[in-house]
Amino acid sequence: MSHKVTVRKFDAVIVGAGGAGLRAAIQLSEAGLKTAVLTKVFPTRSHTVAAQGGVAASLGNSEEDHWHWHMYDTVKGSDWLGDQDAIEFMCRKANECVIELEHYGMPFDRLDNGRIYQRPFGGHMSNFGEKPVRRSCAAADRTGHAMLHAMYQRNVKVNTQFFVEWMALDLIRDAEGEVLGVTAMEMETGEIHAFHAKATIFATGGAGRIYYSSTNAFINTGDGVGIAARAGIPLEDMEFWQFHPTGVAGAGVLITEGVRGEGGILRNSAGERFMERYAPNAKDLASRDVVSRAMVTEINEGRGCGPNRDFVLLDITHLPPETIMKRLPGIHEIALQFAGVDALKEPIPVVPTCHYQMGGIPTNYLGQVVVPGKRSQNEIVPGFYAAGECACASVHGANRLGTNSLLDLLVFGKSAGETAVEQLKNSPKAHKPLPEDAFAATLARLNRLDTQKGGANVHETRLEMQRTMQKHAGVFRFADLLKDGVQKILAVQKDVQRTEIKDKSKVFNTARIEALELDNLIEVAVATMVSAEARKESRGAHVRDDAPDTPEHPNGRDDTNWLKHTLWYKDGNRLDYKSVTLRPMSVETIALKKRAY
Amino acid sequence: MTTRTLQFKIYRYDPDQDQKPYMQDIAVDVDATDRKLLDAMVKLKAVDDSIAFRRSCREGVCGSDALNINGRNGLACLADLASFPDGKPIVLRPLPGLPVIRDLIVDMTQFFKQYHSIKPYLINNDPPPERERLQSPEDREELNGLYECILCACCSTSCPSFWWNPDKFVGPAGLLAAYRFIADTRDQATNERLDNLEDPYRLFRCHTIMNCVDVCPKGLNPTKAIGKIKDMMVKRAI
Repeated sequence: MSHKVTVRKFDAVIVGAGGAGLRAAIQLSEAGLKTAVLTKVFPTRSHTVAAQGGVAASLGNSEEDHWHWHMYDTVKGSDWLGDQDAIEFMCRKANECVIELEHYGMPFDRLDNGRIYQRPFGGHMSNFGEKPVRRSCAAADRTGHAMLHAMYQRNVKVNTQFFVEWMALDLIRDAEGEVLGVTAMEMETGEIHAFHAKATIFATGGAGRIYYSSTNAFINTGDGVGIAARAGIPLEDMEFWQFHPTGVAGAGVLITEGVRGEGGILRNSAGERFMERYAPNAKDLASRDVVSRAMVTEINEGRGCGPNRDFVLLDITHLPPETIMKRLPGIHEIALQFAGVDALKEPIPVVPTCHYQMGGIPTNYLGQVVVPGKRSQNEIVPGFYAAGECACASVHGANRLGTNSLLDLLVFGKSAGETAVEQLKNSPKAHKPLPEDAFAATLARLNRLDTQKGGANVHETRLEMQRTMQKHAGVFRFADLLKDGVQKILAVQKDVQRTEIKDKSKVFNTARIEALELDNLIEVAVATMVSAEARKESRGAHVRDDAPDTPEHPNGRDDTNWLKHTLWYKDGNRLDYKSVTLRPMSVETIALKKRAY
Repeated sequence: MTTRTLQFKIYRYDPDQDQKPYMQDIAVDVDATDRKLLDAMVKLKAVDDSIAFRRSCREGVCGSDALNINGRNGLACLADLASFPDGKPIVLRPLPGLPVIRDLIVDMTQFFKQYHSIKPYLINNDPPPERERLQSPEDREELNGLYECILCACCSTSCPSFWWNPDKFVGPAGLLAAYRFIADTRDQATNERLDNLEDPYRLFRCHTIMNCVDVCPKGLNPTKAIGKIKDMMVKRAI
């Protein structure tokens, strides 16, 4: 079929209606700007809904806390790869953003004095790393659900215009590189539209589906990240993927770290609380990369559980049943549904599972997309913003702390929205004209897919990608596997370029949608493998066999050569690097040191 | 690995190609790693890529994959494959009572219109304080069983009153949401919310058939919430 493109004009277009997109939309709608929010799924189906344990803010409701301590923990958690200006910005804004959410109606759990309930979480400590602190603001173990619904509801109140079940396809940029909107497909009709806008905000979430075993929803296909890469934007720090320690073995479904925050313990086949050996101070509440590696080490050394000794146990049977049913009701339900276990009586089988993309579209703390140019390594791409998991601000660096993702999407969703509002106030009335070839990339992609004969099966190609990523770029990384992995993933990329679908219908064609999603996933997968192969050190979630712990390089980290952000360009599959911002906004630099918990 | 062949009868309709809907017979092999109906449906889609259905989180929190499964509404991602008897095909239909867009995908416009009609957001016209509005743990507890709704529409599309009057009766999901705000001590619009429901259809078409309670995949009880709103209406009248 041939495609006509209908052009629609808006002040701003937001792609994605998860936490970051909804938070940005509130800013733009409240400012009275004509805004279109495009979303592949009804907003409350977005993956923010699956977040469980909480959102970080140093409210200090249960004990003394300070944004500076939170900042220290986040820099340390990032293994010093996070940009300290953005981290300070996020930690300082946390209280304001969480209080706003409460005012929107979010049903946080409460303390006896009526304030928001806070629980401990991995890597969050008081007084610059001393001992765990209660910083995670929670609504039972359904914080993401409560948050996403509260923000959707706020958008209903401020009359945000949603385009539900519309999939963004490609970015429109002119000759000067300015971003002028996106092309998108209305899924119900298959029709193609262009959203011509002065500001384009990407809030499309992560791409956890590049891995075979993932806590992520089916929709987490890195659409914004893939689109940006195809439009010439480099991707930052894509080698850093978080493997969450506690995915349900076999099913991959997330079990929140809040379980350990409430007192849950990880045990090996001997019943031993093994985290005491790996993190004597924080124990089960060490940072996620540390816990995941400890678990894999236990399994690899034969102390796993079950007939194949391939998982460990998360034990909460010692907790009072009332605590479990009050604070962790969703976990009780998930354990029953996906592990067939009554967590009140039996431990839950868990394994590290791909969970979060630390890298993404490079931005500054104002949500503006930045790329290296002639004048600086962070030149603003006019008209283009990104926030949430698809973006790299960079606050998570080489490893994200639990509860900082919900905070990230609040702070930077708001910040991107505010910056866009400012830009629109000062921009000329008329839209910049669209270039003549504005829809060429989209139409070429769709026509190729419509007419492909004897091509590759989408389902099988995606599986091949996921297995390749799982084997070659997992919790522990090996130089030879990474090298092979690059060749293998480039071979999969060739298949992605010739995928074929049997379903040619115009109406809600989910086969076409999955093929278009795979176009985005593969960009992320290639970026990940190539960036990981090149980074010859261990840092945060990226740990290589050929960069072990030595006196010169504690934990295998090499600050002399690798204290820098990776930038991967699709064009030529090329790598570049830029320096880490070590100078915060108002406080002193948190100095480099060995990371231990 | 032990495999099992599952037989399906699936409602198919693509307005782009089909004159009218039909039931497709199709089979798929599943193994021990496939625990839920959605796992089998993903495998089915690998066999026939034209079967259209919604899905996302696959863990029962996003509400995308609500279907009519062997005559009963539920989420595909929470339906245990082990619960389906051998030798009988699994019958999958779209949620009843809503227009079908294609195959198992329904048009949920009417469902969300009703949800939006109850003003599903906190109304509090006091200037926002510096810090959080205080709420006691007991008052917060009143929201349990209400705020967890995932808007999957299993309830409203199993309700005969909603089938007959989807444009006039708010339906169990919308009414549960209405009570969620009435029950919130931070909300100041209780009277306005009750006014909004005071008409022969919007609230009072609930005849406590309780299909909603029976099918809710989150174990929520819209009928109870509706009963509480009705009580408040009565109390306010006397």
